[in-house]
Amino acid sequence: MRRTLAEKILAEKSGEEDVTPGRIVRCPLSLVLANDITAPLAIKAMAKMGADAVFDREKVVIVCDHFTPNKDIDSAEQVKFCREFARKMGLVNYFEGGDVGVEHALLPELGLVGPGDVVVGGDSHTCTYGGLGAFATGLGSTDIGAAMALGETWFKVPPTIKVVLTGKPAPFVGGKDLMLRLIGLIGVSGALYKALEFTGPLAASLSVEGRMTMANMAIEAGGKVGLFAADDTTAVYASAHGRQNAPLLAADPGATYEREVVIDATNLSPQVACPHLPDNVRPVEELSSITIDQAVIGSCTNGRIEDLRVAADILKGRKVAKNVRLIVLPATPGIWKEALREGLLEIFMDAGAIVGPPTCGPCLGGHMGILAGGERAIATTNRNFKGRMGSLESEVYLASPAVAAASALTGVITHPSAI
Amino acid sequence: MFHGKAHKVGAHIDTDAIIPARFLVTTDPVELGANCMSGLEPGWVEKVKKGDILVAGENFGCGSSREHAPVAILGAGIPVVAAHSFARIFYRNGFNMGLTLLEIGDGVEKIKDGDELRVDADAGAIENVTTGETIPCAPVPAFMREILEKGGLAGYVKDAIAKRA
Repeated sequence: MRRTLAEKILAEKSGEEDVTPGRIVRCPLSLVLANDITAPLAIKAMAKMGADAVFDREKVVIVCDHFTPNKDIDSAEQVKFCREFARKMGLVNYFEGGDVGVEHALLPELGLVGPGDVVVGGDSHTCTYGGLGAFATGLGSTDIGAAMALGETWFKVPPTIKVVLTGKPAPFVGGKDLMLRLIGLIGVSGALYKALEFTGPLAASLSVEGRMTMANMAIEAGGKVGLFAADDTTAVYASAHGRQNAPLLAADPGATYEREVVIDATNLSPQVACPHLPDNVRPVEELSSITIDQAVIGSCTNGRIEDLRVAADILKGRKVAKNVRLIVLPATPGIWKEALREGLLEIFMDAGAIVGPPTCGPCLGGHMGILAGGERAIATTNRNFKGRMGSLESEVYLASPAVAAASALTGVITHPSAI
Repeated sequence: MFHGKAHKVGAHIDTDAIIPARFLVTTDPVELGANCMSGLEPGWVEKVKKGDILVAGENFGCGSSREHAPVAILGAGIPVVAAHSFARIFYRNGFNMGLTLLEIGDGVEKIKDGDELRVDADAGAIENVTTGETIPCAPVPAFMREILEKGGLAGYVKDAIAKRA
C-alpha cells in the first residue's frame, strides 16, 4: 500500500498494516508533553485513573511557559503543583525557571523531538513538530494524563490534504505568509480532522524554522497534524540538536490524498490575518490604513532566531513609532542568548522595544502585553480570536516578523519593503 | 435522555470564547462554569438552566486544547452539545470529560434559539418539541462508546492499568 506521510509514521509506530483513513490505531508514544495550564488537569486525571507512575520519566515533559514568570498567585499555585508532581515522579525534563522556553520552540532545540516521532501534547500547537517530520498533535488533559500513565494513545488515521508549495517568494515573504495564505484559502475548518502534508520545491527549500512556523498553524485550519518530509535539511538540524542518525522520511509516490491545494509564492505579498479569525486573510497592502498600538514578536509560531534576525534587519538604526509598544519575546533561553551574541537585542532596545523573557504571555492574553478596550495589535502569534490578547473590545492582526517590525516603525500596518 | 431549552451559538466558536484564558488559573468546574461563554458574551451563562442544551454551528470548540472548555460547559449545567461539527481536540475532550457530543450537520438549521429539545443520544435522535420535527444525528463511534461504557477515559485507563498489574 502506498502511504501518505501521516499513514507511514502511524503504520511504523503502531505496527498496524491497515492504516487507511478512518481506522483507529493504538500507538506507542515517543514523548508526552504538558504545560502549566494543562498539566495540573492531566495530573489530577492520572490520580483518578489510579496511576501512580509515569510510563517513562525521560519521555514525560512538563514546560511551565504559559503564565510564567508566574503572573499571579493562582498561576504560581499551578506551577507549584506541576513542580511537586515532577519531583515526585523524578521527571528528567521539567522546566520552570531560567531553562524555560516556549515549549514548541524548546523541545526541537533540545532534540527532545525529531523525525518519525509520535508525540502528543496538552497544547494545540504540538503540531509544530510536524516541521521536523514528527506526527505530533494536541490533546486535552485527560488524554494527556492517560498518555503519561500508559505511554500510548489512540488515533483515528486522518485523511491527508496535499499542499504543494511552489514558486519563488519575493523578499519578506516566508513560511508565515504561505501558511496564512493556505488558511485563507481553505478556512479555519478546511482541514478539520485531517492531516496537511507540505510538499513541492518550495517546501524543500524552506528552513526547518520556516517549516515549523507552517506546521504550527495546521491547527488553525482545524488540522490534526501538519507534516513536512524529513530530508537532508531536517537531518542537519536534527544532528545539530543532539539527534544523530535521524531517519529520512517521505510519503510513498502515488499515495492517495483527499485533495491537493497549490500555494504559489510567485507575486505573493506578505499576508495578514484580520480579526477575528485566522482565515480572514488579506495582502498587507490592503491594510495600510490600520493603525496599531502594539506589536508582538515572539511565540511558538515566530519567536525563533531566524525570526528575530528578520525583525532586527528592519529595525536596525530606526525607532519604533511614538505611542506604539513593540514587545520582543525570544522563544527560548538559547535563542535569547544567541540574539544577545549577535547584537540583535541591542538593536531592539535601541529601536525602543521591550525585550522580555521567553513566555507565551501575551499570545493567549496571559500577561506581558495585554490589550485594553479599543486597542489593536499586530502579532507574529497564531490566533486572533475575539479577546485573545486582552479586552473583548481589542483586535489582533496576525503577520510575519517582518510585517510586525515594519508596522511597529510606522504605527500602521506596513509592507516591509516600504521601510 | 436529555430534555431542555436550546441555546444556539454560531459557527467556529473557539475555546477562547468558551472560556477565556484569564480564567485558566483554576480547574474547578463551578468557577469555570460561572464564566462559560464569557468570551462570546459576558454574562451569557446567566440565561442557562441546569439541563439546557447547547446548539452550535460548524467547528465548535476550535482553537486551544484546553479541557477547561468542556469542563466549563458541564460546570454551567449543560450536559450535551449538538453541533454541525466539532473541532477534533474538543471532540475527544468532550467525551473524555463526560460531555455528550452529537454531530448533526445541517440538522442544526432545524433548531432555533429557545426551542425545547428532547435528546436520545443512544438512539441518535433529537426531537424538537417546539416544532415537532425529529432530527437524526450521527451515531457515537464504537471506540468512543467503549470509553463511555467505562465511565469516561479515566475509568477506561483505570481498567487498563489494573489489567497490566
